Amino acid sequence: MKFVRDIGAAGKIGLGTFLLFPTVFRSRDSRAEFSHQLYKTGISTLPVVTVVSLFTGMIMALQVGLELRRFNQEIYLGAAVMISLIREMAPFSCGLCLASCVGSAIAAELGTMKVNDEIDALRIMSISPLKFLAVPRVLALCVMAPLLAFYCCVIGTVGGGVVGATQLGVDFGQYMSSAINIAERKDLFVGLVKALVFGWTIGVVAVAEGLGTKLGATGVGRSTQRSVIVNFLLILMFGYMITRLCYQ
Amino acid sequence: MSIIEFKGVSKAFDSVKVLDGLDFKVEKGEILAIVGPSGTGKSVTLKHIVGLLDPDRGEVTVEGKPRIGYLFQSGALLAWLTVYENVALPLKETTRLKEDEIDRLVRDALKEVGLEDAAEKYPGEISGGMQKRAGLARAIVRKADIVLYDEPTSGLDPVTTITIHRLIKKLNRDHGITSIVVTHDIQGALHLADRIMLLKDGKAVETAKVDEFVHSANPAVQEFLTAMKGEIK
Repeated sequence: MKFVRDIGAAGKIGLGTFLLFPTVFRSRDSRAEFSHQLYKTGISTLPVVTVVSLFTGMIMALQVGLELRRFNQEIYLGAAVMISLIREMAPFSCGLCLASCVGSAIAAELGTMKVNDEIDALRIMSISPLKFLAVPRVLALCVMAPLLAFYCCVIGTVGGGVVGATQLGVDFGQYMSSAINIAERKDLFVGLVKALVFGWTIGVVAVAEGLGTKLGATGVGRSTQRSVIVNFLLILMFGYMITRLCYQ
Repeated sequence: MSIIEFKGVSKAFDSVKVLDGLDFKVEKGEILAIVGPSGTGKSVTLKHIVGLLDPDRGEVTVEGKPRIGYLFQSGALLAWLTVYENVALPLKETTRLKEDEIDRLVRDALKEVGLEDAAEKYPGEISGGMQKRAGLARAIVRKADIVLYDEPTSGLDPVTTITIHRLIKKLNRDHGITSIVVTHDIQGALHLADRIMLLKDGKAVETAKVDEFVHSANPAVQEFLTAMKGEIK
């Protein structure tokens, strides 16, 4: 029953933020807040995303490269790494980074505001917490997630190329050419759509958990934890569903 | 003339009954103090007035469409905004006033609570008493007709407590603001209020003018006053 209620609350927030998106551009203060959230979501997570994507590409290149070498097919290393990254690993690892770095921070921030009566204070002033707090955060995640996923893909591919060149004897130029030739527009599009869906999900779940916080500091910890767990699960589920839908 | 009226209001949270048929009226321009032990529904009563909570049974009537300000126990200021920005927030978000008009109203409200010098500070950089005064400035900046005070002096030293009490009285006297003050501080309530209401087990067991309240024969009032005297000692 509680699960159904939670889904209902998240659905309301998801729909509400979608309908209120245009309000972000109406006033100077809203635009400033949106820019601030873009910075917090995108720029401040860049170091983590860089390290994660670099190692993802390197690990994949090593694992796949060793197998390809058994069949003397190392020339396809670039293609294999690129396909995995662009279709799955880049949006996936970017989603996990955003869920753990940004989603958890949003849930904790809004949860703390809830237990400190700041959310009620906004409601009393006739300020919608959805419009004032949720929309800039969710929209920033929707904008930054695809950009970060693309960045993830580039860094991961380069990381894979470095491993290929230094440890598997694959020429870097050949690797890159194989990687670029295999990538189709559809793959890029599906990868970016996945990242967009993940960004939206992370934002909505984090806001729903934050605004639903009860029971003081313990509740804030619980909301933060639940936001990360629910987001991880939804990222896996939605990732599979989009793949199934686009690559039957 | 009553501006707020509760008729048989009941409210429960998960099977725990907090308000149980609460009846009372608030007259326009008066200061009503709501006192009582913890957990008797004082804050819940205030939240019904502003619509943060709906009654399970009964009716809450607020006459006309008054502007209502609310001072939370914690001040409830947004940590990433300065005192000035916090006070300006309701005007910026809910009105179409021009920048200079907003600036004038915010400066007036800050002056009213004596915080002109702290305008550019963040909530984390000012004391608890100043945070409450900033919260009060935010509550009155839209020219509130009614202000609800939820434990306005809890956690404050005696000097700051007196300052807050004086402010509440001044706002009531100068602007005719109807005030409802939820408090544990019976001394403060006696000093501040026109009438006092004692809540017990979700009911108003006594509502009377200060003198009448102190001399009330109601055993619940005497029990409460005795307990409070013990606490003060």
